[in-house]
Amino acid sequence: MIFTYSGLITGFKISVLRTVIGTAAGLISGSMLAYTLARSDFQARKFISAFLAVTMYVSGGLIPGFILMKDLHLINTFAVYILPGLVSAFNVFVIRSFIDGLPYALQESAKLDGANDFTIYWRVILPLCKPALATVALFLAVGQWNSWFDTYLFNGSNESLTTLQYELMKILQSTTTSATNAQDAANMAQRMAQVSPESVKMAITIIVTVPILIVYPFLQKYFVKGMTLGAVKS
Amino acid sequence: MKTISSNVENVYEPAEQTKKSAWKVLKNQKYLYYMSIPFVLWVFVFQYLPLWGWTMAFQKYRPGVGFFEQKWVGLEHFRTLFQDDHFYQVLRNTLAMSLMGLIAGFIVPVVFALMLNEVRLQVMKRFVQTVSYLPHFVSWVVAAGIVTKMLSTDGGVVNSLLISLHIIDQPIQFMAQGHWFWGIVTGADIWKETGWNAIIYLAAISGIGPELYEAARVDGASRLRQMWHITLPGIRPTIIVLLIMSIGHLLGTGFEKQFLLGNHLVIDYSEVLDLYALNYGLAMGRYSFGTAINIFNSVISLILLFAANGIFKRFTNESIM
Repeated sequence: MIFTYSGLITGFKISVLRTVIGTAAGLISGSMLAYTLARSDFQARKFISAFLAVTMYVSGGLIPGFILMKDLHLINTFAVYILPGLVSAFNVFVIRSFIDGLPYALQESAKLDGANDFTIYWRVILPLCKPALATVALFLAVGQWNSWFDTYLFNGSNESLTTLQYELMKILQSTTTSATNAQDAANMAQRMAQVSPESVKMAITIIVTVPILIVYPFLQKYFVKGMTLGAVKS
Repeated sequence: MKTISSNVENVYEPAEQTKKSAWKVLKNQKYLYYMSIPFVLWVFVFQYLPLWGWTMAFQKYRPGVGFFEQKWVGLEHFRTLFQDDHFYQVLRNTLAMSLMGLIAGFIVPVVFALMLNEVRLQVMKRFVQTVSYLPHFVSWVVAAGIVTKMLSTDGGVVNSLLISLHIIDQPIQFMAQGHWFWGIVTGADIWKETGWNAIIYLAAISGIGPELYEAARVDGASRLRQMWHITLPGIRPTIIVLLIMSIGHLLGTGFEKQFLLGNHLVIDYSEVLDLYALNYGLAMGRYSFGTAINIFNSVISLILLFAANGIFKRFTNESIM
């Protein structure tokens, strides 16, 4: 049975968890920030937009990023899957462009009824933003579900935080090199006695691909719109 | 009541707002600040603090030692970097794969969008489009698995096909020969991203007024001429903006593909700047040296971005800044 392969169960759990939590957290933070940036009367709007836009072009790079995670004690934690990608400039701009297109009268009437800015965001804007949120949710979920490098870099030695993509990557790496390396081939033969890596590989490939195949046709009309929104504005 | 009217009108009349004291506005907008400041702080920590980490490249960085106790070494790490022959090989690989990716990733989606636009059967068009996005959502891990399988010597589709067509007698070891690597990466990239990148072009094409095509048809323009004289100029701004952005990302093409598709046999062709930083910086604990590589990468990217932006601004009046 392939399910005796321990990485599979843990990997599945962690992959699902990071996808659900990461998407939810990213949606809330992204939409909240987007709403404030869509308010043309907001004092700090220009500054925050520019502050955010810079991150689309400049990044510290791999090693400063790694050192930061280390200094923040995020290595070997689940939080390292969620926190670094929480706010993405691109996603914020996609949602903001969408809010910009909503009639302002809606906010105005809510304000007359005595709603504060947070209530307007939560009760008026969010329900209307569903198409943009669906797009961003798809981007976030696919990003989380497909990511393996953060596991490799930060949690590679911690088996309880492994993800499906990382497990798949490990198997792929061992099979590509083993074809030419006698030592590896011997190791692999040994492991094959327990579970065939080929069958684990197939199993994981199916588990990681099928959910995307099922979900994405339904979201297609949204993300096509979302992509163009983001492109026009940013 | 006054706040509301200023909300609506200040786009056109900013004078209205400056009359009120900034403090009062700040108080009025306190919820907006509550809702944005946490994320601004977050962006500062996770996106801007790593930039502060660039100072490591000028130090002999030792982990666990305070910033002021680090030993400063000036440009030593950059000197080591530029004297390393290996660095130039890595740079060559990065530039080669980026350029191939840039050219292919730019031309193929435009051509694909133009061709798809000519498909008159709506059902067919939608079906092709849906299928073409699909690979974008498949992870690079899975994509690399598929590519490796297809190109393998025992039972790979590509080798079987070539043999059955009598083009070759012996299976080619695609994944084990360096000179195939750049092509394989570029091909995989085209397969994965063409449909996705075409979305924007298709949207731009649908924004072109139908009266232009009608006028052209009246004048007797063939479909090819319509494509050349109406569709292409119509999406020119989109093409240029995307081109500038991809030039800015030239060195930042990532390393996922190279990491996953590469192996030690092709490492002379597969190693790119980020992998170099990973293997010779991070993995060996040479944080400062690795950071120097990252800085080189980022600075060149920015220069390319500004140069591309400037050139296009000058010659085509299209730019992103």
